[in-house]
Amino acid sequence: MPGAIYAEGLVKTFGDVRALDGVDLDVPEGTVLGMLGPNGAGKTTAVRVLTTLLKPDRGRAEVAGIDVLRKPNEVRRSIGLSGQFAAVDEYLTGRENLQMVGQLYQMSGRAAKARAGELLERFHLTDAADRPAKTYSGGMRRRLDLAAALVVSPPVMFMDEPTTGLDPRNRQQLWEVIRELVAGGTTLLLTTQYLEEADHLAHDIAVVDHGRVIARGTSDQLKARTGGERVELVVHEREHIAAAQQVLRGFGKGEATIEEHIRKVTVPVTGGAKLLAEVIRELDSRGIEIDDIGLRRPTLDDVFISLTGHAAEIDEEAADGDGEDATKGAKGAKGKTGKAGRTGKKNAEGTESAEGAAAKEGTK
Amino acid sequence: MSTVSEVSARGAVPQPRGGITQSVRDSLVVAKRNLIRMLRIPEMVIFGLIQPIMFVVLFSYVFGGSISLGGNTDPSMYRQFLMAGIFAQTVTFATAGAGAGIADDMHKGLIDRFRSLPMARGAVLTGRTLADLVQTALTLVVLAIVAVIVGWRIHAGFPKAVAGFALLLLLGYAFSWIGALIGLSVRTPEAATSGGLIWLFPLTFISNAFVPADNMPMVLRNIAEWNPFSATVQAARHLFGNLPADYPVAAAWPMQHPIWASLIWSVVIIAIFRTLAVRKYRSATA
Repeated sequence: MPGAIYAEGLVKTFGDVRALDGVDLDVPEGTVLGMLGPNGAGKTTAVRVLTTLLKPDRGRAEVAGIDVLRKPNEVRRSIGLSGQFAAVDEYLTGRENLQMVGQLYQMSGRAAKARAGELLERFHLTDAADRPAKTYSGGMRRRLDLAAALVVSPPVMFMDEPTTGLDPRNRQQLWEVIRELVAGGTTLLLTTQYLEEADHLAHDIAVVDHGRVIARGTSDQLKARTGGERVELVVHEREHIAAAQQVLRGFGKGEATIEEHIRKVTVPVTGGAKLLAEVIRELDSRGIEIDDIGLRRPTLDDVFISLTGHAAEIDEEAADGDGEDATKGAKGAKGKTGKAGRTGKKNAEGTESAEGAAAKEGTK
Repeated sequence: MSTVSEVSARGAVPQPRGGITQSVRDSLVVAKRNLIRMLRIPEMVIFGLIQPIMFVVLFSYVFGGSISLGGNTDPSMYRQFLMAGIFAQTVTFATAGAGAGIADDMHKGLIDRFRSLPMARGAVLTGRTLADLVQTALTLVVLAIVAVIVGWRIHAGFPKAVAGFALLLLLGYAFSWIGALIGLSVRTPEAATSGGLIWLFPLTFISNAFVPADNMPMVLRNIAEWNPFSATVQAARHLFGNLPADYPVAAAWPMQHPIWASLIWSVVIIAIFRTLAVRKYRSATA
């Protein structure tokens, strides 16, 4: 049985740019799928198709068991959408914004009013409830936008880069809200540029690039494929490189590699900070002087390099939340046809692992 | 304090009403939102008033003595003639307001929010045009008071005058649908404002609004007499009793039957531009 969010072969082109190039998704009810990818990967386009804002050229999609293309208005009754930029009317107060959205979800005026009050309290906006939203801080606006998406407690939620541009404290608060929401049984599709965010919130992650899902799995699975943690150190004296390599070999899970010109030695490890302390003690006891040492975890860049053979290309200019990100980014990526071959090969692997993951979910 | 999941459990998805009831209700909800915005940004309403008031004063006193109406250059007679033209020009400026407002909503992502809600599909635009209609009506009231101060009078009785204002408002409503389409088609609110205004100048000047069309070159005269805008101006003049007794009426059908012509033009404009705007809205992309 397909999940609460299901998509098959979604294709959407803007001019000659393929923003979606055959996207398949399946999100089981009550789980969170994190769509991870750089700007222009097609995340926003996918969300727009699934929330009935955009018609795909090809493919089909179901949300909450309802066909998105055939019955868009029924889908709209079952979803909440929280966008990249807080879509609230800045001249209306927080309360007026929520009441309006409630009424447009076809609640009665009285019900919408009561609901607005509840949500304002829950999102710590009661004090600011009767001020125009333009006086709100960025974090408050984002909370109001999220509250607007929750007016009818939709069974399926879409959040398009909910924390982009938020400071760490507001990001933490928003994560807390999202966790509670999911604990309550909501199915969530979340797009993000941050691996850390997907890591914290998502049961399952789909890595998207150039309009395709190139890998799918849990955060741990993706990191494992990327190569996991490693210790990197830079020795002070060139002649200590060999000795340092020998030490690291003893702690590592694989071959220690050397970059002679910068006196750097790297080894994949498991064991984290505790292991790092042991490495330092061992180096010290052997009198190997070091300039720098660190434990490196896989980042979004690492996942990307490993999966696609090229860097994540986070486009600062496009990162300002412009609605045309998808088009812009995809245009930027168009010139890199030289990488298509490699990407294609990885795609095959990605598909395989996606099927593996689906099979595993099936047996649960 | 309640958790999100507890709060969530309380919001139930209501059944849609569907049909015309829902359309009307949704449109009114959106209209209310736009009216609240107008109250919170009063400078927009005030700027909208300054230009027509300036036109009333400038045209009355600068052109007043130079324009001949059926051989008569009495300035007070020109003032009677002029006002319907300025009222009509003012109502068509609602085009720019509607366009800029909708372009702004697109720009800020509000149109996306509305489009993801289970609401009637034309309601966002209908709500906007209804709010503009209210603003236009208020502007007309202020303008009529200024007109009376400079010497304009109604000579055909109150009921007919009300009918005259109704035709003007209908024209303004029709033009705000043109504005809605412009607002959905451009990328920025600024473009919508200028895109909503530029073509209004030739449209309102190649007409009978400020001077009689009979002195224009033949081509312009034909355009002026068939201009939808002229029909409403002529109709309003009739209904206000502002036409001089010996004023020569052109032979063109809209000038002979200005009230019918005005009604037909406005309804046709609404039918065409509402259809186009609603279609555009459904596929709108920020």
